[in-house]
Amino acid sequence: MADKILLEIVSPERQVVKELVDEVTAPGIEGYFGVLPGHTPFLTTLKIGEIAYKTDNITRYLALCWGYAEVEPDRVVLLAETAEPAEEIDIERAERARHRAEDRLRQKTEELDFERARIALERALIRLQVASKRVSGL
Amino acid sequence: MSSLRIIRRRINSIKTTQQITKAMKMVSAVKFRRAQERVIAARPYAYRMAEVISRLAKRTNPEAHPLLTRRAREKALLIVITADKGLCGSFNSNAIKRTMALLEEDQVQFSLITLGKKGTGYFKKRNVVIKREYIDLFRSFSYKDAAAIGREVKEAYIQGEVDEVIMVYNEFVSAMQQRLTTKTLLPLALPSLGEGEGGEFIEYIYEPSASQVLEALLNRYVEVQIFHALLESAASEHGARMTAMDAATENASEMIDRLTLLLNKARQAAITKELIEVVSGADALKG
Repeated sequence: MADKILLEIVSPERQVVKELVDEVTAPGIEGYFGVLPGHTPFLTTLKIGEIAYKTDNITRYLALCWGYAEVEPDRVVLLAETAEPAEEIDIERAERARHRAEDRLRQKTEELDFERARIALERALIRLQVASKRVSGL
Repeated sequence: MSSLRIIRRRINSIKTTQQITKAMKMVSAVKFRRAQERVIAARPYAYRMAEVISRLAKRTNPEAHPLLTRRAREKALLIVITADKGLCGSFNSNAIKRTMALLEEDQVQFSLITLGKKGTGYFKKRNVVIKREYIDLFRSFSYKDAAAIGREVKEAYIQGEVDEVIMVYNEFVSAMQQRLTTKTLLPLALPSLGEGEGGEFIEYIYEPSASQVLEALLNRYVEVQIFHALLESAASEHGARMTAMDAATENASEMIDRLTLLLNKARQAAITKELIEVVSGADALKG
C-alpha cells in the first residue's frame, strides 16, 4: 500500500492544491475526520472549517467553505466552494467581516438575517484561525 | 485646393480611428489571456464534480430528485448571455438571433434572464418578459454571482414557475473562434462519463447518506454549469473583440493606402494644371 496520499483541492476558480501528502484532516458535515493512506472509500459533504495536511512533518492549513470530499485509499479529492491557503488569507478583511457579523448579531433581526450573519461570523472566525497558523518561512 | 484638404482630413480621421482600434485590440488581448486562464483553471472542478455525480447516480435513485424530473414544456426560461460592450463582431448579434429563433416557438410561454448590457437592451425594446437582468457583471464576476443566478433558477424550477431552463451563450473554442451553444440547464441532464470510468464499483461510506450527498452535489452542479457558461462567454467575448479589432485596424490601413494614392494623384493633377497655366501664360506673352 502506498505510504502517501494524493491530495487534490479544487475550487470553482482553480486547482488550489495537488500534491502527495502523509495525512489530511477535513471538516466533514458530521465532524472532523482524518485520512491516512489506505483509508476506506468515503464520500461526505463538508462544512465551514479548517483543512490541515501534513507533508514531511510540515502541516499546512486552509480555510474551507462548503464542499465535498471523496476519499479513496490513495487519493483525496476535495471540491470546495472556497479554499484559501493560510498564506493567502487577508487578515484585515476577515477581521472586518467578523466585526460586521458581530454587529449584526447584536441587533435583533429576522431569522434569515440572523442565520446569514451567523454563517458570516463562522467563516470569518475560521479564516482568522487558519491565518494564525501560517507556516513561517514560506 | 479644397479636394486635397478634404482627402487629407479623411486620412487623419482614419488614422485616429486606427489608433483606437489598435489600442482596443491590445487591451482585449490581455483580457482574453486572463479569461482563457480562468476557463482552463475552472475545468478540474467541473470535471471532478461530474465524475462524482455520475458515480453516485448509479447507486441511488436519481429520478426522484426534483431537479431531474421532466415536465411537459409549457413555460420555459431562457438565460441569454451577451456582452456588456459592443465592437466584438457578431458575438452579441449571434446570441440574440438564436434567442429570437427560440422565442418563435408557439405553445410555450417564455421568460428571459439576460446577462450583459447588449442582450438586455435589445430584448427590453421588444415585448419579452424579462425576469431579471444582470448588467456590468462581466467586469469582475466570481462563483458567487453564478451561485445567485443558480439559486433563483432552481427555485423557479422547483416551484413549477418554469418547466425548462435553457442557456444561450458563446462557447470558447479559440481566440478566433466561438461556438454558439444552446444548452438545457434544467431538467438537469446527468453527466455521463466513459464506460471505463463506470466499470469500477467502489463501495463508499456516505456521510450523511448517498442520496443527501447526491442532492447537495446536484444543487451545486447547476451553479457550476452557469459559472462555466459565464467564463466561456467572457473568454469568447474578448477573443471576438480581439479578432474584430484586428480586422478593423487592417481595414483602416487599407483605406489609408487607398486615400493616400488618391491624394497623390490629385496633387499631381493640380501641379500639372498649374504648370500648363504658367507655360501657356508665357507662350501668350511671347506671341
